[in-house]
Amino acid sequence: MKFDRRQLLLGGAGTAAGLMLPGVGAMAQSPASIGTFPDGVSADSVFVGLTIPLTGVFSGDGGDLKLGYELAIAQINAGSDVARAWSLKGKGVLGRQIRYNVSDTEGKPNLDVQSATKFIQQDKAIMLAGSVSSASAIALEELGSREKVLYMVGIAGSNDITGKNCQRYGFRSQQNAYMAAKALAPVVAKALGKNIKAAFLVPDYTYGHTVYDSFAQFSKEQGWQEVAKEVVPLGTTDYSSALLNIANSGADVFVNIAFGGDAIASTKQAEQFGVLKRMKLVVPNLSSFQDKELGAELMQGVYGSCDFWWSLQDRYPLAKTFVETFVAQNKYYPRWGAHIAYMQTYLWALTVERVNTFNPVDVIKAMENSKAQPYDTTIGKVYFRAEDHQMVRPIPILRGKAPAEMKNPEDFYEVVDVVDGESVMNTPDFFGCKLGPYI
Amino acid sequence: MPSWPALVSQAFNGLALGALLALVSSGLTIILGTLGVLNFAHGALFAVGAYVAFVILQYTSSFVLALLGCCGVMLLLGILLERVIIRLFYDRPDEDQILVTYGIGIVLVECLRAAFGGNAQRVPVPSWGRGATQLGFLIYPTYRLQLIAIIAMLLLGLYLVLYRTSVGLVVRAGIENPAMVGILGINVRRAFLLVFAVGVVAVGLAGMLYAPVVAVTPDMGANFMAQSFVVIVLGGLGSFPGAVVGGLIAGEIISLTSAFNSSYSEVMLYALMALLLVLRPQGLFGSEGRV
Repeated sequence: MKFDRRQLLLGGAGTAAGLMLPGVGAMAQSPASIGTFPDGVSADSVFVGLTIPLTGVFSGDGGDLKLGYELAIAQINAGSDVARAWSLKGKGVLGRQIRYNVSDTEGKPNLDVQSATKFIQQDKAIMLAGSVSSASAIALEELGSREKVLYMVGIAGSNDITGKNCQRYGFRSQQNAYMAAKALAPVVAKALGKNIKAAFLVPDYTYGHTVYDSFAQFSKEQGWQEVAKEVVPLGTTDYSSALLNIANSGADVFVNIAFGGDAIASTKQAEQFGVLKRMKLVVPNLSSFQDKELGAELMQGVYGSCDFWWSLQDRYPLAKTFVETFVAQNKYYPRWGAHIAYMQTYLWALTVERVNTFNPVDVIKAMENSKAQPYDTTIGKVYFRAEDHQMVRPIPILRGKAPAEMKNPEDFYEVVDVVDGESVMNTPDFFGCKLGPYI
Repeated sequence: MPSWPALVSQAFNGLALGALLALVSSGLTIILGTLGVLNFAHGALFAVGAYVAFVILQYTSSFVLALLGCCGVMLLLGILLERVIIRLFYDRPDEDQILVTYGIGIVLVECLRAAFGGNAQRVPVPSWGRGATQLGFLIYPTYRLQLIAIIAMLLLGLYLVLYRTSVGLVVRAGIENPAMVGILGINVRRAFLLVFAVGVVAVGLAGMLYAPVVAVTPDMGANFMAQSFVVIVLGGLGSFPGAVVGGLIAGEIISLTSAFNSSYSEVMLYALMALLLVLRPQGLFGSEGRV
């Protein structure tokens, strides 16, 4: 690698900084052996390690995530019509079947790292994927970069993953908190008005604070005024004291940033305190099963952003085949987790076939160059940004349907807008991302 | 500085929150105070109570039936656990008791997950408890107001059974000197069984009553277990009146701190616990050297 750089410098191809640009870096020759490559590639198969919380507080999302990976892997291995529609060739990836194993990590970052290490050392995993929390994703990203094994981030919304904790070997498909807030604020302001008083419920951890910062910033730009900000610990069970303050704040809109089980408890209690009668509810990031867990009575009229909603099948052909095959197999509509898992398995397989090797350096460089050759996916055209590995992608904005509007028991949301990703991106260095070396 | 109405609202909320915390902690303190077992399956049993309510309310939508059904199921579960496992651990060291109850907790939670999945289940507020009630300048959920009364009755009932009947007396004597109680011809083991089962029913009922308020998930009890420990440390380990007073104090601290800044409410609670442990290690109602 050093030799290559020197050669390029001597050749006057660019400065040392310029060499870090993917377009130039891609010219450099990749090492013949790195991480689990080529040991992890046998004549007929490769192994993929999935670290997923199947028990613990994230088990609901984790179960959905697992089904998404399994569906994609089965379709790819079978060389099905769906896989061909994604432009994959033959059975498997480069003719190799994908073997996989799922490790239940309970959503605990230390177990994520333990399981992933075992996948790398014992199974020679060529790719790692999974996680439901930002803390897990950050730990796995670091491990992947240290061990030189590609890691595709599961569900994780914190700005830090493609910000100050970004890693060369990690790629995130989900929008970050900044993108979600910037996409959502104008749509909500258009629907609810510009001169709005807002009360915020903020869970006290990285995710909560980054989502608050981003949404407060962009809603203020729309003329909104903050009248209450209640910061509560993660995993709070009784929100009564915070909700009393919100109920008495005179706000027009209640912005609930709590996620997962916290979102369920806080929204239920907000309804009991009469908050939802007096205020419109806005949820910057809708949790995967929030609709079902709270019911349409509570969720009607709620605005929020999401990674994916199944009715996007009306817009994108690949989403249609995804939703149809998922429902046929699992008897429910896929949520955010299943979609992230499904899409990123295909993206990895597609990239491997594009570069015709499992070598992670080549795969990473091809993903970094994907702006020039965007992927056609379940959410239309997308690409990974070279500088921070954040996917530039459309962001669906949803509104909860009233029970009478629902055409089937899972028809909880109307897609009110799909915001173009390019228009809501932060600058690559905004959150302090510095990707590490390839080798 | 918050306004007076805001402070009064929070003080009232502290009372309601405290009543719930007292009920949640009562099961833990009953078992600890009489049997000397620190029950780490407490949080899981709380969740079991909530799921029993969920199942019964799905089929009957009768809150009274759910309450009775919950009592029955929790009583049976308590008896089963005591007969099959816990009774073998009365004479074992504390760490063995902690490990076995912790293990029971994991098994129960994972059974719930296997049966119902990891997502939250919906338990509706009973029809007579829906909506909010206007109390002067304060709007408060009707169900929570009713809960204060229901919990007060339950706590009074528990107190009478444990401290004003001969059963309670036998149990307390049995803890001090089981051999002597045995010589007097009294079956201590049966009294122990009853106390364990009553403790399990108490925490199950807490879960059942709280189910319409919180997210009903297999892991819902974990946080309540942590708060129960704080409450019984405040009130005095193993003291039933201590759990009630400790619960009310905890509720007021969380609520009144929220009037100023909600992000400090739990910090204040733990700070007070630390302070109390320094000044009065046995807690408000605990006696030194007991438990």
